[in-house]
Amino acid sequence: MKRSLRPLAATAIIFIIAYAASVVQFPGLLSTRVLGNFLTDNAFLGIAAVGMTFVIISGGIDLSVGAVIGFTGVLVAVLISWLGIHPLLAFVIALGVAALFGAAMGLTIHYLQVPSFIVTLAGMFLARGGASVITQDSVPINHEFYSTLTGLIIRLPGGGRLSFIGLLMVAVFLAGALLAHRTRFGSYVYALGGNAVSASLMGVPVARTTVQIYMLSSVLAALAGIVFSLYTSAGYPLAAVGVELDAISAVVIGGTLLTGGYGFVLGTFVGVMLLGLVQTYIIFDGTLSSWWTKIVIGVLLFLFIVLQRIIFAASAPGEKSPEKV
Amino acid sequence: MQDSDYVLEARGVTKIFGNHTALDAIDFGLRPGEVHALLGENGAGKSTLIKVLTGAYQPDAGGVFVDGALVTLDNPLHAQTHGIGTVYQEVNLLPNRSVAENLYLGHQPTRFGLVDHRKMEKAAKTLLERYGLAIDPSSDLGSHSVAVQQIVAIARAVELSGKVLILDEPTASLDRNEVERLFEVIADLKKSGLAIIFITHFLDQVFAISDRVTVLRNGRLVDTRQLDSVSRTDVVRLMLGKDIAFSGATDLEPERPTTDVLLDFKSYGRKRSVHPFDLTIHKGEVIGVAGLLGSGRTEMARLMFGADPADQGTITVAGKPTAIRNTTDAISRGFGFCPEDRKAEGIFGDLSVRENIIIALQGKLGWFRALNRDEQLEIAGKFGEAMDIRAASLDMPVKLLSGGNQQKVILSRWLATDPAFLILDEPTRGIDVGAHAEIVRTINRLRDDGMAMVVISSELDEVVAYSSRIVVMRDREMVAELRGKNINPGVIVQAIANSADEAQP
Amino acid sequence: MKRLHLERLANPQLLALAGVLLINWLLFPNFFRITWQDGRLFGSLIDVLNRGAPVAILAIGMTGVIATKGVDLSVGAIMAVCGAVAATMVVAGYPTPVAVIAALAVGIACGLWNGFLVAILDIQPIVATLVLMVAGRGIAQLITEGSIVTFNDPALIFIGTGSFLGFPMAAVIALALLILVTLLVRKTAIGLFIQAIGVNRAAASLAGIRSRMLLVLVYALSGFCAAIAGIVVAADIRGADANNSGLWLELDAILAVVIGGTSLLGGRFSVPMAVVGAIIIQAMNTGILMSGFPPEFNLIVKAGMIILILLIQSPFATRLFVRQRLVPAKAGPK
Repeated sequence: MKRSLRPLAATAIIFIIAYAASVVQFPGLLSTRVLGNFLTDNAFLGIAAVGMTFVIISGGIDLSVGAVIGFTGVLVAVLISWLGIHPLLAFVIALGVAALFGAAMGLTIHYLQVPSFIVTLAGMFLARGGASVITQDSVPINHEFYSTLTGLIIRLPGGGRLSFIGLLMVAVFLAGALLAHRTRFGSYVYALGGNAVSASLMGVPVARTTVQIYMLSSVLAALAGIVFSLYTSAGYPLAAVGVELDAISAVVIGGTLLTGGYGFVLGTFVGVMLLGLVQTYIIFDGTLSSWWTKIVIGVLLFLFIVLQRIIFAASAPGEKSPEKV
Repeated sequence: MQDSDYVLEARGVTKIFGNHTALDAIDFGLRPGEVHALLGENGAGKSTLIKVLTGAYQPDAGGVFVDGALVTLDNPLHAQTHGIGTVYQEVNLLPNRSVAENLYLGHQPTRFGLVDHRKMEKAAKTLLERYGLAIDPSSDLGSHSVAVQQIVAIARAVELSGKVLILDEPTASLDRNEVERLFEVIADLKKSGLAIIFITHFLDQVFAISDRVTVLRNGRLVDTRQLDSVSRTDVVRLMLGKDIAFSGATDLEPERPTTDVLLDFKSYGRKRSVHPFDLTIHKGEVIGVAGLLGSGRTEMARLMFGADPADQGTITVAGKPTAIRNTTDAISRGFGFCPEDRKAEGIFGDLSVRENIIIALQGKLGWFRALNRDEQLEIAGKFGEAMDIRAASLDMPVKLLSGGNQQKVILSRWLATDPAFLILDEPTRGIDVGAHAEIVRTINRLRDDGMAMVVISSELDEVVAYSSRIVVMRDREMVAELRGKNINPGVIVQAIANSADEAQP
Repeated sequence: MKRLHLERLANPQLLALAGVLLINWLLFPNFFRITWQDGRLFGSLIDVLNRGAPVAILAIGMTGVIATKGVDLSVGAIMAVCGAVAATMVVAGYPTPVAVIAALAVGIACGLWNGFLVAILDIQPIVATLVLMVAGRGIAQLITEGSIVTFNDPALIFIGTGSFLGFPMAAVIALALLILVTLLVRKTAIGLFIQAIGVNRAAASLAGIRSRMLLVLVYALSGFCAAIAGIVVAADIRGADANNSGLWLELDAILAVVIGGTSLLGGRFSVPMAVVGAIIIQAMNTGILMSGFPPEFNLIVKAGMIILILLIQSPFATRLFVRQRLVPAKAGPK
């Protein structure tokens, strides 16, 4: 098996075993209702995680996604509820703003040659601050278009419901997988994460690709923000605080190397589902408290980082100076 | 030779960095269907010339001609469109991607805007079969040996350029079988009319596949020769600038009467790095190390210093058997080491001259017995003066100093630790004449004060002048130990070239 | 000699601090007014010191980490863990010193864990410390069992709200820690070695510096500082809030260090300047709060500061700067 597939296989196996074990304990978990809710409840996280996957494969990180989700929610809510703009137009505006925002971060990262971490940190402050300047409060959205969208449901046998946003997430994952694995842009993203110097010598347009990657991440975060506003029917400036950490965790647990170069968009899907399973299990159990979610995610994160370290030991970037203490 | 015969030509190419002339009016011509070896020690200007020929650097004077027409090459990608492809020593491909993608990245066949993997892999398979590679094009490049990666890199370069192939030390990390395989590929490409520049420091490889050789030294063109008319010894002499007839006795440093033995290495070696060697070093003795680049001379130095610890053999320091597992062990036993790559392994660019000088001594003293500022200034001042370090202030960042002064700083760093044994790897490379003389003077002075030293240098005149013995390295093995009358450039050149001459009659 | 001292005072950080304070003073003429009441000082300026203390304490530990080319994302989470440890232990009836020492030990243990991942397993610092950043708050909630553990232990509360010579305790602790750590890095060789590792780890190894041990130490120190900050914050609100204690403070601490002139690429560092950076952040924060802007407006200002610093440190600006500096440096006196 390919080296890069091993962490993904590990995630898939862990997911199957964990799910099977949970089902044995709580047979109720094996229902279309639970599965449908899996998709709906994690839709915004999943969409944001797709963008994060591209960023991490390229060797970067995007700390701004949670803030962009919050900002977009507020922007959309204000455009619809205060200014009376049709939701579709509001969506287009929000996605456009996010695209410019991501492009600005990408340009800064490439031309000032600074770590993506610090640039996207500034982006996070800017987006979160911007949202709070627009409004401090939660802005409800009551628009029939929203009702229509949330009403779009495919009923499954067994009482399950596939919601619009759940299906949208699945669509984003499929499109993301296509983009990553079947387009030149996708191959450039992997090339940057593998070795930026080689990539540029091989003719990869480094500047353009970098800008596109962060644009993609911000646009998907904005889409996640729209989904979140559909999910909650409101826009709140402090919504989705810390979602970037969940997204990063899902990406890493899904088998993407945090140092870049290797990874799968569909692996991230498994990662998101695994996080969802942990949460659902804890809700089902009833006696366990929600803080266990974070601990379990942390432990999984650690296991996968060490696993990757072992699998990729030979090719991991970093200081290779022969050093002995 | 008519100009029109050359597919790629450099005429009077000069490249100047600051006040250092890296290339001095170089003329270089490449014919189609030939393998042209480019030889020279580090700093001779090989890589600068290659960078000019591939557009990474722009020449300050002279020009590059492709098929007789003057061209301006903006960058390596632009050079590619002129038919010039390059494969570097460290394969500049993507180990994390498939073989097929590495061949076609940026030019992947698409269908409805999507990459057509099947078509790409089919094309890759056909292409690689021409190079005798029957590997799965969808496998990760990183899962293959360096040799295979090297051939994939060549296939990509030839596919995208097609006129000239520049191979920059492609064999440095290959074993014998892999080298042969690579040579078969090169021979095939040559037959198809490709012009190939081959850079290496292995002489037998030069003789095995090249038609002509150009030798550079200190940024100057030494000569271009037809290879069937020269011997290996001739080539070594061209590279090192030594006239083999020169063997008259100079005021040679007499071998010291065997006083106190300081160090005794017995079957000391490290797998895949240096073959086990025996070496005894006395106090007040300079052991010169001669050998071409890649002969294992630097590896030997790192081994002695514990930077790459030995995995076989024993070492005795001043009569006591000991173990050197790391650099800290070595330093505590009075060793010091000036590495060849000053910038990457020697200086702390952002730190001050003062800190750069005292850091090894401070390392020896440990975390808590800190030298205060006055002590630091005193030590740095003392050595700065003794070594004639030209710095506006001892508190200026060392990166602002010239190469020669940086080298003096590193030497001072070790002298401050009061070492018994110093290892100097190419201490005089790439520095100005004044600093050069100062460092040679220092080596002589230290030897007379009773310090033991191992000095690696390609400057044979210099090694001959201060060494009491000379060991010769070849193929990661110590092949000769020269004493007395044998310490002269002629014999050294002979020893370096020797086995190669025997190997191929 | 005197000129030299003046030049040292005129560094960008202190100028920026003076600028921020000046703006605050122009907006609020009472800004510099300090009153003495009930044996302690009151006033906006004192408030800045008091509220800026936690980030300042974190920045003291973070400086060493960043100087080695690393970063510690877990300090906010470690704060929550250590605050939880101290609070639950005093509630469980342990004497205050025991609770405090236990919390500090937990902080050091967290730091050692980070150091182990970075120095021994050679995992990228940003990745290695992410583990505790994610899991830490969960662990803290495990300790507090999900609730906010409040306490009435006067000795512990004193650490957060008491005063010493009229100054708020938090600021006094930050100052003491600053002096201690500054002495530790300046009076021993540790500071020099940290810089050496940050500038060139290969050369440091060849010069005989034990870089792994030092890296572990640096992360342990960062964990220790986070523990102190966690105790101070918990003591201030008389309770351990696992969700919110130290939330996003790691980012403020990193920002403070960067404002303090330490490059994210490692090398030269200054602990006192990082503390000045923390005070600048807090002074802006206070100014914005007093102006009646929403506190989140501060985020935009912080973003602006990061962009400004990135521009100043960018290769283009550096080239301009170096060119201007080189000329006088050559001509300058020895």
